[in-house]
Amino acid sequence: MPLITCRDAINQALQEEMERDPNVFILGEDVALYEGSFKVTKGLLAKFGEKRVIDTPIAEAGFTGLGCGAAMVGLRPIVELMTVNFGIVALDQIMNNVAVIRYMFGGRVKVPLTIRSPGGAGNQLGAQHSHSIEAMLMHCPGLRVVVPSVPADAKGLLKSAIRSDDPVFFVEHEGLYGVKGEVPEGDYTIPLGVADVKRPGKDVTLICLSKMVYVCLEAAEKLAEEGINAEVLDLRGLNPLDLPAILDSVTKTGRAVTVEECWLTGGWGGEIAALIMEHAFAALAAPVLRVASADVPMPYNKALEDAAIPDVARVMARVREVMRY
Amino acid sequence: MKERKEASQLQSTELLAMYRDMVRIREFEEACPALYSQRKMGGFLHLYSGQEAVGVGVARAIHQEDYMIGAYREHGLILAKGTPPGPVMAELFGKATGVSRGKGGSMHMFDPEVRFMGGYGIVGGHLPLAVGMGFAIQYQEKDEVVVCLFGDGATNQGVFHEAMNMAALYRVPVVFVCENNMYGIGTAVGRASAVEQLYKKSCAYETPGVKVDGMDVLKVYEAVRQAATRARAGEGPTYIEALTYRFRGHSISDPGTYRSEQEKKLWKERDPIPNFGRWLVSEGKVKDTDLKTIDAEEKELIAEAIRFAEESPDPGPEDLWTDVYVAS
Ligand SMILES: Cc1ncc(C[n+]2csc(CCOP(=O)(O)OP(=O)(O)O)c2C)c(N)n1
Ligand SMILES: [Mg+2]
Repeated sequence: MPLITCRDAINQALQEEMERDPNVFILGEDVALYEGSFKVTKGLLAKFGEKRVIDTPIAEAGFTGLGCGAAMVGLRPIVELMTVNFGIVALDQIMNNVAVIRYMFGGRVKVPLTIRSPGGAGNQLGAQHSHSIEAMLMHCPGLRVVVPSVPADAKGLLKSAIRSDDPVFFVEHEGLYGVKGEVPEGDYTIPLGVADVKRPGKDVTLICLSKMVYVCLEAAEKLAEEGINAEVLDLRGLNPLDLPAILDSVTKTGRAVTVEECWLTGGWGGEIAALIMEHAFAALAAPVLRVASADVPMPYNKALEDAAIPDVARVMARVREVMRY
Repeated sequence: MKERKEASQLQSTELLAMYRDMVRIREFEEACPALYSQRKMGGFLHLYSGQEAVGVGVARAIHQEDYMIGAYREHGLILAKGTPPGPVMAELFGKATGVSRGKGGSMHMFDPEVRFMGGYGIVGGHLPLAVGMGFAIQYQEKDEVVVCLFGDGATNQGVFHEAMNMAALYRVPVVFVCENNMYGIGTAVGRASAVEQLYKKSCAYETPGVKVDGMDVLKVYEAVRQAATRARAGEGPTYIEALTYRFRGHSISDPGTYRSEQEKKLWKERDPIPNFGRWLVSEGKVKDTDLKTIDAEEKELIAEAIRFAEESPDPGPEDLWTDVYVAS
């Protein structure tokens, strides 16, 4: 299998889906001429032309709403929000229109809209450019939330997202675009809502997604040297949530640590912990512990930023803690 | 008494001060790329080189107690407002002595002492804040004004129109200054805005729209001076479009291939600093040697600022948790 970056994997998915379905088009800031501020849409304008690859004004609420409206009457728009930080400007459209319209109108309309956007921290971008909003998105019924880690997943999941008749928020990570992985050639999809064991283990389950999958895999390798055999479960999304996979793993290991880049308070780790408690309390040998970003607006200073974001050392410390029970 | 004198009445010392401010900003900005590649600073770095006449024209047309607020391309704005280069450079270095104590970085400079009310990273997001500051001035019956700067791209955000409407509705003492550098990242104005003459965008709110040459510090000065006079007289907001150009990419990582060499060259010829210097000399306002002295002094000032930043302490680990709330 060819080794390609997440950026190229996503680009392939976009191209293949645009070839497959003439109703698929992409719009967003600097996606056409500039080929995306992360170069994810490279080559799309040349291949598909201005009708289907559209530069928008800096008007996130406006063009997200435009995408929603177009989806309601038969198109399959892909809205690129340059980063999730600017997607917050569009949250009204997302929470009040995109997510609720189908239900609010009694199922008489569908919104096959895909919103793609990278988030995450780690480049000293400060408090307004370092958000992780997966937990906030998961909070909204009606909205699918897909969050890939490796290139192969990114491609297969994005194709499913575009083909989905429900609106999907597809969260990419700014720090993963250059990461390489093996990606099958040609057309394939990965169903939404299916978690993936990225490393099998028997002592503790590390529940994670996106960039934190890599952090957990590294932590698991190091923990193995201490005799702790950790399973790394990549959720690959939060809605649909693969609860059976979580319960299977935790029932096997008896211990779980959630690892996320969202803030600790109100992060998705708390939700997962509650679900485990409700469904598999008897299987637990220890309380579910959480690793998440510090509850502070992201600082610019490098040392402070490092201290705010979960890293391998903090994951390992939390695992040792959960193993002491 | 509050008003600045007309541009044509400015004395040599005042004109030289404007020249000095522009040189300071240019020296500061042009020192940054090397420091960035030495990893002394991180994150995004949006430089102001080329746009100096706007920031300096604005700051010189108002007073210390008037407010300025801008977006993320604001190193030049905070310097123009009067913050010394040391703490601005220290902020870029992420140091505890920085204007935002190392927590803000390039995009988020703040200095209440000179009433620079911050640099903001969400395009358009700070416009309503300016309206709020104007509202507070009016509420407290003060005679201050707020100048709010933003890019051409910001005029396409919904919040731009919300702010323009409220500013006119409540007649707040706010001067909106759009720094039209013709691009929002790689997108030219005409490809993002149905109206290319951006100064026209205020007419729906019956707010005067004024277009000025943003490469001419005196033109900017005069336009802002008049707008501030209106604002202080209770006549409400003014919207100024200053046509300008950034000499560098959108940010340090942008190769800027969407702009032609020809276009860049034409605008370089309109560089606001040497042109203003030449004009000062040709009008007999100053001697060429005066300018040379200023150039040398400002170069040294920036070298000193870098030393200050270099030698300043980092924030401590405990600072991660400070200032989330006033009371902990
Ligand atoms: C709401 C929002 N959307 C997108 C961005 C990404 N972005 C940063 S700067 C920029 C272009 C802004 O152009 P303009 O307002 O003309 O200011 P300039 O950079 O030219 O000074 C964009 C799209 C952002 N920071 N905020
Ligand atoms: Mg611009």
